[in-house]
Amino acid sequence: MSAADIINLFLNVSIMEKAFGLLLDGFLMTLLLCVLVVPVGVAGGVGIAVLWALKSRGLNRALMVWVDVFRALPPLVLLVFVYNGPPFAGYQISEFTAVVVALGLNSMSYYGEIFRAGVESIGRGSWEAARSTGLGWGQTMAWVILPQAVRNVLPDLVSNTLEVVKLTSLASVVALHELMYAARSAQQLTFNYSPLILAVLMYFIVLWPLVRLLSRLEHKKIAAR
Amino acid sequence: MLDPRPILDIRALYKAYGALEVLKGIDLKLRARELVFVIGPSGSGKSTLLRCCNRLEEPSSGSIAIDGVDVMDPATDINKIRRSIGMVFQSFNLYPHMTALGNVTLALRLVLKKSRREAEEIGSAALARVGLADKTKAYPNELSGGQQQRVAIARALALEPKIVLFDEPTSALDPELVGGVLKVMRELREGGMTMLVVSHELQFARAAADRVVFMENGVIVEQGAPAQIFGAPVQSRTREFVARISGHE
Amino acid sequence: MEQFLSSFFNLEIMGRYLPKILSGMWVTAYLALAVVLTGLVTGLLLALVRTLHVRPLNWLIVFFVDVMRSVPPLVLIVLFFYGLPALGVPLDGLGSTWLALSFVLAAFAEEIYWAGILSVSKGQWEAARSTGLGYVQALLYVILPQAIRLAIPPLTNRTIAITKNTALGQVVAVQEILYQAYSGLSFSYNPSPLTLGALAYLVLFIPVVILGRWIETRFAWKR
Repeated sequence: MSAADIINLFLNVSIMEKAFGLLLDGFLMTLLLCVLVVPVGVAGGVGIAVLWALKSRGLNRALMVWVDVFRALPPLVLLVFVYNGPPFAGYQISEFTAVVVALGLNSMSYYGEIFRAGVESIGRGSWEAARSTGLGWGQTMAWVILPQAVRNVLPDLVSNTLEVVKLTSLASVVALHELMYAARSAQQLTFNYSPLILAVLMYFIVLWPLVRLLSRLEHKKIAAR
Repeated sequence: MLDPRPILDIRALYKAYGALEVLKGIDLKLRARELVFVIGPSGSGKSTLLRCCNRLEEPSSGSIAIDGVDVMDPATDINKIRRSIGMVFQSFNLYPHMTALGNVTLALRLVLKKSRREAEEIGSAALARVGLADKTKAYPNELSGGQQQRVAIARALALEPKIVLFDEPTSALDPELVGGVLKVMRELREGGMTMLVVSHELQFARAAADRVVFMENGVIVEQGAPAQIFGAPVQSRTREFVARISGHE
Repeated sequence: MEQFLSSFFNLEIMGRYLPKILSGMWVTAYLALAVVLTGLVTGLLLALVRTLHVRPLNWLIVFFVDVMRSVPPLVLIVLFFYGLPALGVPLDGLGSTWLALSFVLAAFAEEIYWAGILSVSKGQWEAARSTGLGYVQALLYVILPQAIRLAIPPLTNRTIAITKNTALGQVVAVQEILYQAYSGLSFSYNPSPLTLGALAYLVLFIPVVILGRWIETRFAWKR
């Protein structure tokens, strides 16, 4: 295969131009998914961490099972299950809802583990200082513990959020019109792989700054040791 | 009677980091069996001087010779030369994943190519010399700071160096542990080791040093016997410095 | 309730598809293992090359790592599946999934190893070099043992996450668990095969998650 053939097949600019509108729409959908899934995941994660800090044996065991199940189950499997299951029980569920629910549940568990580790890393000293000045448990958690915990685990949080954005590509499997789906459609329409390359470029351009930021955060953490 | 050929011969040593000149022309000779103490305010370049000797820092210009061998010569195998130069660090730098004996024998096995048994014999002997014969199997995190530093000294000694460089060996130690390390250093000196020591332990300098060198701003201001430097310094800057730090003792 | 059970937990249908699911488990398991091996080893090699401090090589490595960390694995798998054969590299679904996931794991692993190496204090290098150890000897005997120990907790986490992406192979017809489960669902118009598939994943990966947690706590560096 000659170089010209390769360029034509993978880097065909005119096809990329034609596909760009489609991909942009897909990208907007991807963005919408993120805007919904990330807050849901983060909120759920914080909730899990707060519940964990209550130190109730039974609750913690249940939490651990919940988190382990959702960390052991591949997100795609969860998605396929959430999308294809309900119709058999008589419920109709849209692709969009299925994706948000599945990715939300999955990311919640990872965020939960991250926040939990963060909260546990805050020494008893902070708790004792706050409680001894009369702050309630909830206030201490909200104003003293969580802020510190978040700062400690910031690299992990960024890293996981990065993962969530990439996870949205799974929605293409249930035919939700996000970026990956758009690229695949364009590929099948044009018998050309340039739309895929364009999608790669778009993911890269959007996520690369996050990756760099993450790298810098991680290195700062090392230097601070 | 001190052997006239210098073990350490530093001439016109310059070291600059970009525009910042840290060493501005150092000439220093150490004869065999001499213990030379280097004192001076922080930032005077004492540590850099030490670290240039085994090229942990690269001198900008000048020459350094260990027992006649030019350290700066590109033809010199730097790893080979480092065997003859022992170094003891302020923060000990023991390998946390190895026992005390492991720390001491690593270079013996890898650099001197000794067999495991031979290395362990030499290593155990070195540890015994610093009073830690019973700690061969201990890991660094099981040892006190003073013990760790003594293991570090044993690690340097095991290679039978011609000179040992000490970079503030007791500065990171709790006060009650300093004595143990100084005792080992004193015994080392009595055994005839050539030593170049950067430290604030003035009592030790007064008692054990053959020569004290006062550095400031990258140059040697004055050097001489402890009695001179501490008792009757020639330079006013020396006098000021000694007065300042003696006041804190 | 009964309808729910007969839909999602239909034992008869599950029994019918169990052999397929089991063979899918086998594929999932050895694909995951292959990815772990190539990914972790390649990542380590990349990190070692980075210690040589050759600028252009470092840029290449960082570029590769950044791309592999920014692009969703599914996109990579699909790209390799269609693209590589077109370029003359005959790679089937299994091969492209393995290659793509290995690249992704290698990229993440390299960053983690590198962070580990950087975390080992400069004093360790100095102590080792000052006793005459050469660069390679110091790296092998003093720095890497410590760096790898530091790297193990984040590595286990990341490895587990990436191996679960083997499910993505379903999209390119790799006959792992999800593929078998989904075709079971399609043929029988019943979601029980899917339930069985989910259970199969749990059986495979919950022990891995627990093992991973154990490894993390054990290697929480005892300074």
